Amino acid sequence: MNLEDKDYKIRVGLAEMLKGGVIMDVINPEQAKIAEQAGACAVMALERVPADIRAEGGVARMADPSIIEGIKKAVSIPVMAKCRIGHFAEAEILEALEVDFIDESEVLTPADYKYHIDKWRFRIPFVCGCRNLGEALRRISEGAAMIRTKGEAGTGDISEAVKHLREINSAMKKLTVMSAEELNGMAKELAAPIELVQMVARLGKLPVPNFAAGGVATPADAALVMKLGAEAVFVGSGIFKSSNPEKRAKAIVTATAQFNNPEVVAECSRGLGEAMKGITAAAIPEENLLQVR
Amino acid sequence: MLTGLNVGVLALQGDFERHLYRLHALGLKGREVRRREDLAGLDGLIIPGGESTTMNLLIDRFEMREPLTDLCRTKGVWGTCAGMIMLARAVDDARIKPLGIIDISVQRNAYGRQVHSFHTSISVNWNGRPRNLSASFIRAPQVAAYGPEVKVLAEYEKNPVLLSQRNCLVSSFHTELNDDLTLTKYYLESFVSVFK
Repeated sequence: MNLEDKDYKIRVGLAEMLKGGVIMDVINPEQAKIAEQAGACAVMALERVPADIRAEGGVARMADPSIIEGIKKAVSIPVMAKCRIGHFAEAEILEALEVDFIDESEVLTPADYKYHIDKWRFRIPFVCGCRNLGEALRRISEGAAMIRTKGEAGTGDISEAVKHLREINSAMKKLTVMSAEELNGMAKELAAPIELVQMVARLGKLPVPNFAAGGVATPADAALVMKLGAEAVFVGSGIFKSSNPEKRAKAIVTATAQFNNPEVVAECSRGLGEAMKGITAAAIPEENLLQVR
Repeated sequence: MLTGLNVGVLALQGDFERHLYRLHALGLKGREVRRREDLAGLDGLIIPGGESTTMNLLIDRFEMREPLTDLCRTKGVWGTCAGMIMLARAVDDARIKPLGIIDISVQRNAYGRQVHSFHTSISVNWNGRPRNLSASFIRAPQVAAYGPEVKVLAEYEKNPVLLSQRNCLVSSFHTELNDDLTLTKYYLESFVSVFK
């Protein structure tokens, strides 16, 4: 692990460029164009959005390369794509397809329940989900250039993303006031490298951009996670499972950029039609939760 | 004194935070510019990297184009990457309406996708003092043509990558990602201070 590596910094650099923006899940070139015209700073190319993956069940895998190619041709903004946790062959395919960012995602069915991908050997940056600081630091130690909350994807319920953001924030805050001995103990508790624990204690934040994902369905949801310290927002099913995707996409971009300006968020929240119906994350049995992957 | 300068960073989307860090490191307060009102009283403005399509849309959505253009015509401005695209006279992409501050035409993502992003060292020679800048090219644009008023301050593989015209500085690369204060300092001394 070398966070000062020049190539790694180029990967983190792209994550920096996405800050303050919205990354939208899309399944075809038409949706990608709607996302770009609404002001998305990147799109995530998928075969099915998380709400459909959840509803249909079965094994969820990397998207067909032709879908990714079609989306790449349709827009000028960065294109991301998901691979299964631990599936480094899928990641190599995505790198060969020249996607701009790879999401090693719990939304897809894991390929390896023990190990995540060694992300240091890729030129393409990776984003990984996490629920707490330990997970975040382990993913960074594996080479992730961006961290996002897991939330509970495909629900339209923001409560899990909120929980994960608060969890990470409060754990980081505690580190900043700890002694060297306590930090050693925390490294053990978090199962994370001591160098990273010390770095977070010094910075008071993660050494890579920290975005929110999982359950964002309204402009107010986007404003909430930004106020809780997220540096950008991923929206999965929330846009294209709503009744007016164009308008909602635009409103979520506006709310993310102006999260500290409630008048603007109020204005863009008007008359958006129905949000995705969603399901309460608390009503999902443990074995069906995506975040535990 | 540089520290008294009131410099804003356009914070609609992109790596505005890194530019603010560099301003802080040089003792400036720096201001996030998210709305029209934030433009008032600035001595200079940095337009950061990010997605130019997003910035372009949000500049209009938040009714900032006119005051932003006025500021960029008179005060010291610096555009990095997407910021360079926004300050250009022309862009090879109908999705973007640039502000037309510097007489260059720009090709977006000219080096290719992220897999072709790279880090290098750029040599500059200011007043006979050669220096190297730690430069990151991230999905970077290229200058396809420039007018007679434009000065080329640095090249990379025969392409102009650092240019200026009167009060406006543009770079197709990032130094703010690399703890390199050289270019930020040069911008403050030779643009913001001069056009204050």
